[in-house]
Amino acid sequence: MNACFPVGDRWKMNVLEDFQGYQDEIRALASQYVAPHAAAIDREERIPAHVVTALAKAGLFASGLPEQFGGLPASDGDPVAAAIRHGLMHEALGAASASVQGLVNVHHMAGSAIARWGTVEQKRFWIPRLASGDVLAAIAITEPNVGSDASAVETRASRAGSGYLLSGDKSWITCGQSADLFVLLASSDEGPLAFIVPRSTPGLQFEPINGMLGCRGYMMAKLRLDRCEMAPDHALGSAPFGLTHIVATGLDAGRYNLAWGCVGLARACLDAAFEYSRTRRQFGSPLSEFQLVQRMISRMMTDIHAAHLVCWRAGYSRGRRETTAIKETTMAKYFASQMVNRVAHDALQIHGANGCGPDYPLERYARDARIMEIIEGSTQILEIAIARYGYQEHLS
Amino acid sequence: MLDAGLTSRIAAFISRSFEGRIVAPDDDIFALGFANSLFAMQLVAFVEKEFRIDIDSEDLEMDNFRSVNALSALVERKLSATAER
Repeated sequence: MNACFPVGDRWKMNVLEDFQGYQDEIRALASQYVAPHAAAIDREERIPAHVVTALAKAGLFASGLPEQFGGLPASDGDPVAAAIRHGLMHEALGAASASVQGLVNVHHMAGSAIARWGTVEQKRFWIPRLASGDVLAAIAITEPNVGSDASAVETRASRAGSGYLLSGDKSWITCGQSADLFVLLASSDEGPLAFIVPRSTPGLQFEPINGMLGCRGYMMAKLRLDRCEMAPDHALGSAPFGLTHIVATGLDAGRYNLAWGCVGLARACLDAAFEYSRTRRQFGSPLSEFQLVQRMISRMMTDIHAAHLVCWRAGYSRGRRETTAIKETTMAKYFASQMVNRVAHDALQIHGANGCGPDYPLERYARDARIMEIIEGSTQILEIAIARYGYQEHLS
Repeated sequence: MLDAGLTSRIAAFISRSFEGRIVAPDDDIFALGFANSLFAMQLVAFVEKEFRIDIDSEDLEMDNFRSVNALSALVERKLSATAER
């Protein structure tokens, strides 16, 4: 697949072949260490330690983190290539297991917030640990009463000497059962304030959330903070920038990662549909010879292709730190998360009853796909944002 | 005295983000009711790209972002610090 992007005042053809080696490598890794465990991860609602160890050993947790603090070196100093490779990694993980992609995603979300807005001391301390995977991170924004309107968080940061006391409840925290560290949003007298909260913080309690519709390996949890003492160096950035800059940086990264993850999950659906429609025979012919099945296949292929290109475009903008990168990323997540639901729907339809049963992964794919339109900004919240970008650009 | 060209570029960006509303140099842009997290991130991305500077955690002070003039002063400080290096 070819993708054209403007470079300076000329046009350069960035061909996927440039990334073929990395893509083959990362897909092979995901196929070997993640995919064989995807069904069990879904069934048992937990990601085994050996999967995390394999990802850490392969350096996946270091991707996107600054090289000077132990992150992955940018691809030959080319930030666009680094952003694309980061996306291809999430695509490969999304195809292998949406749950595992989620674990790596929230780690990268928290890591990107610390890497972008942490003090030098915070970066020196945390980034090497995050990059190696010795410390797994997650992001804690949502609460029992707070979803899309993150500005209304009720978790409270009260001044206590030179530091803070944190009290409140967080809910639907991906990897809340397992993460060692949380980038957590609270409200303070000065406005929203973010914190770096280690799991071992006295007063921090966890309650697992099981039985989710999809992405059951997210290992979600509720967090209860009961007067958790936070030293000043655990505040990330300052108030009132906790939401608008610190957490928003994490969410922006999460949208990019998730968009690629959706492309991966959709590709898994399409591969399954190809395989099944070639071998399943009805009325004396393989399903692949029926034109209504071909229509679904063509729709899926085109949808995935389009989403892939939107993700590439977002990666290009992010690598170049363009002002439009946030818009491109938002659009990529918006499109890809809906795309994967259409694709999962068609792939399951092709599988018929078999797609609904335990012998094929389609029912898991369809359940996992449904989650994608809700997390990291619901489809409707993203529609508001995209329209706002549109009006801005129309004015200019 | 702030660089008028620099100030007008920042004002133009903010005006576009605020549905074309004219923003006076000392208006509190966060009190106007248009600012949200997406705008805030775009604003950082804009000044970084437009003026080739890096906004760091120590720059995250309300007094640096409150108005067009405040932001212009921050950009000028960053530019002169870069020039001195």
